[in-house]
Amino acid sequence: MDFELMLKVYPFFLEAAWITIVLSVLTAILGLICGTLGAFARLSRFTILRFLGAAYVSVFRGTPALIQLFILYFGGPQIGIQLDAFEAGVIGLGINAGAYMTETIRGAVISIDKGQREAARTLGLSQWQAMYKVILPQAARLMVRPLGVNLNMLIKATALVAAISVVELTYTAQRYIGSTYKPFEMFLLAGILYMIIIYVTGRGVAWLDRKVQIT
Amino acid sequence: MGLDFTVIPKYFDIILLGCAYTIGITIAAAILSFFGGIVFAVIALYAPFIIRQPFRLIAWMFMGTPLLLQLFLIYFGLVQVGIDLPAVVAGIIGLGLHFAVYNSELIQTAILSVDKGQMEAARTLGLSHSEALRKVVIPQAVRAVIPPISNNMIALLKDSALVSVIGVSELTLSAQRAIGATYRPFEFYLLAAAFYYVINLGMEWVQRKIERRISISR
Repeated sequence: MDFELMLKVYPFFLEAAWITIVLSVLTAILGLICGTLGAFARLSRFTILRFLGAAYVSVFRGTPALIQLFILYFGGPQIGIQLDAFEAGVIGLGINAGAYMTETIRGAVISIDKGQREAARTLGLSQWQAMYKVILPQAARLMVRPLGVNLNMLIKATALVAAISVVELTYTAQRYIGSTYKPFEMFLLAGILYMIIIYVTGRGVAWLDRKVQIT
Repeated sequence: MGLDFTVIPKYFDIILLGCAYTIGITIAAAILSFFGGIVFAVIALYAPFIIRQPFRLIAWMFMGTPLLLQLFLIYFGLVQVGIDLPAVVAGIIGLGLHFAVYNSELIQTAILSVDKGQMEAARTLGLSHSEALRKVVIPQAVRAVIPPISNNMIALLKDSALVSVIGVSELTLSAQRAIGATYRPFEFYLLAAAFYYVINLGMEWVQRKIERRISISR
């Protein structure tokens, strides 16, 4: 174990970890937006929206995220979408994460007892009001923990953008493995930083989960 | 530069070969991850403290870091300690170990949830602890976790795309080769995605069959 080398290169890893964090946050926001839209489409009254929602989930969960990223980044210019690697990373991973979050959000919404909606409708609330004021507030509580699992997966999936040369944690580790031939040391450095990011988000999710529960 | 799908037929062979590699790698890694998962679960639950605790720490580390990073570690790490494996083997080992850790978590929970009476009955009948584990407890535990493990195997198929990064010529790298010759990334990556999707549908079909069979025999 070459600790001297690790001490020398760790500032670069810290910088890269920051990129991973920014990437994760942006991807999570986009994922939540896509996931919410997807869930509404899947729960819609309209067959066409339901079909589109189901197709979105099936296709994006049924193919590798890496390929989706490549289609967007390398194939995009052919159909007039010109993105730099970071933008492609955020958009590609965000849409991918959205497909997983769609199922999480939908699962939480449909697990709310039917009687809640019926009661709300009986009391004179419109379809939308019943959704916003009765169903969603209850479903939101159930979503926190599974969305936390999605978030955990998403943070690890940000490593994929190393393949399109975004200088984040995995790319940095790869580059230093190549130049120093010390794979274990570099893995340990990057690994510890990933673990810290994942641990802190995990604690955050647990805190939020406790906070939203009715006691 | 628009789209031109007429370039595909010429490279179809390469893509199909890549497909065969992807399926082969997925199956090999799935088998490794299944048996590896059982072994890891037994170590994590029953090994002496001095082995169990470091082992759990390593497993925890593997669950908290990206697969891509682990592939780099295994591929370059093995070279560093003098084991020069072909990329395919390194890829299968990397994928297999990564998912073995996840499977092990499932199997551990299942082993602990097998009724205690099973172990006690087996011990009363004269089986040793390890025999009882091997012949009575683990078969029941494994049966219970086949549905979630098959989910992991479908995830494994998709993650097998990552081994292209260490130079295994599976579906993704085959597509990249065709792109190198034609400069048509959109068409070939889309084709690769379509193949992954079809393999994925096939796996989901098998998964439903297995689940039905398990639910009938219960």
